[in-house]
Amino acid sequence: MSFMPSGTVYGTLLNFRSEVQAMTAQMDQPPYKAPPKAPVLYVKTANTWSAHGTAIPVPARVLEVEVGATIAMLMGDTGQVAGYVLMNDLSIPHLSFFRPPVKFKCLDGFLGIGARLLSAAEAGEPSAFTLEVRINGEVKQVMDFGNLVRNASQLLADVGEFMTLGVGDVLMLGCDVGRPLAKAGDRIEISAPGFGTLSNTLVTEAA
Amino acid sequence: MKHARIVYEGIIHDAAERDGQLLLHDGRLMREDAVTWLPPLAPTPRPRTILALGLNYADHAKELEFKAPQEPLVFIKSEGTLTGHRRFTRRPEGVQFMHYECELTVVIGQTARKVKRDDAYDFIAGYTVANDYAIRDYLENWYRPNLRVKNRDACTPLGPWLTDAADVPDPMALALQTTVNGKLTQAGNTRDMIFDIPFLIEYFSSFMTLQPGDLILTGTPDGVVDCRPGDVVVTDIEGLGNLINTIE
Repeated sequence: MSFMPSGTVYGTLLNFRSEVQAMTAQMDQPPYKAPPKAPVLYVKTANTWSAHGTAIPVPARVLEVEVGATIAMLMGDTGQVAGYVLMNDLSIPHLSFFRPPVKFKCLDGFLGIGARLLSAAEAGEPSAFTLEVRINGEVKQVMDFGNLVRNASQLLADVGEFMTLGVGDVLMLGCDVGRPLAKAGDRIEISAPGFGTLSNTLVTEAA
Repeated sequence: MKHARIVYEGIIHDAAERDGQLLLHDGRLMREDAVTWLPPLAPTPRPRTILALGLNYADHAKELEFKAPQEPLVFIKSEGTLTGHRRFTRRPEGVQFMHYECELTVVIGQTARKVKRDDAYDFIAGYTVANDYAIRDYLENWYRPNLRVKNRDACTPLGPWLTDAADVPDPMALALQTTVNGKLTQAGNTRDMIFDIPFLIEYFSSFMTLQPGDLILTGTPDGVVDCRPGDVVVTDIEGLGNLINTIE
């Protein structure tokens, strides 16, 4: 059976070095005024969850969405990672990270979730993960999880400093710069060695 | 009717309010202080969505030196941050400013998608009180208010009761107040919300479907003060009850 989370799904901003580099000049300016200290997290609410293979509705007013491909950690008990899963974290493109991104990220269906949960033992070291994003068959982004600001265990430790990740909670490792854009009618495929492919097609939302 | 969810002798019970006491489904009547209180919510098949408003009272926005927002400032909390009535919330070591926020909380009763404001009240199961603690030392200007401030374990007491919507004829005219060790520190009225409940349900359901058991914490008025270990903080909303929490 396809994997679906049972706990809260958290996304992580600015956890790829090139993402931080792209923002460095702005970090000391208003509204941010300083680089982030703690991990910058957001929540993908349950209404966003889309199984592999399902069509994801895009409101007619939204011309393009940003594809945030990533691999996420699933928490087991006693704070250990039980496994890893592909995710397609869609957003309405937005330039400011000052306010929580609810209206950009929590639209119905805006999180594609891989069917295959890879156990921690099967997956091996997360810094060796790579993935590829294809839109309508064409490669648009290649990601190397060796380029994280906080590697998987550091991210877990720094998040655990202020809140408990419970059994079934999910924490994304982050989405790199160069996130491709896609529109209604496009087929998005995210694949990684061992994980297979997470595939979703965007469709215009019924009125 | 007012509903509660409690633990007694290791077993979770649904209960109802009866003459200031708890009436368990098996007919036993219990004192308020004889049980462990949980948030007054039935479990949901998927993690509930908890939306919380910032700066939704004009006076609070002013107090914090922000101009009133043009659209709702909303952040999301996870279930791990909720705790029940008469429980404890931890103040981390070395913190300078930790404050309560007394908030009217809407509990969604029916699947709500693209709801119009005139129909909004049909989608509400009831109301409860939240104390949405914030630890301002940890504020950063990245997805502010960030989760380190607002999503800490057991930092959002909720309860004591879920009061049926039918018993709250006008949720937009309820007095709110907070006392710290018996001294009144915060007082306001839900009529002073910038974005009222029908607006919020129309706004959120325009892009995200809400499910039964989802929550909207509607923001807090002026009057937040620092709380220290040992302080007893009582957040009270007219007709809904007194939510007691102790800082540890």
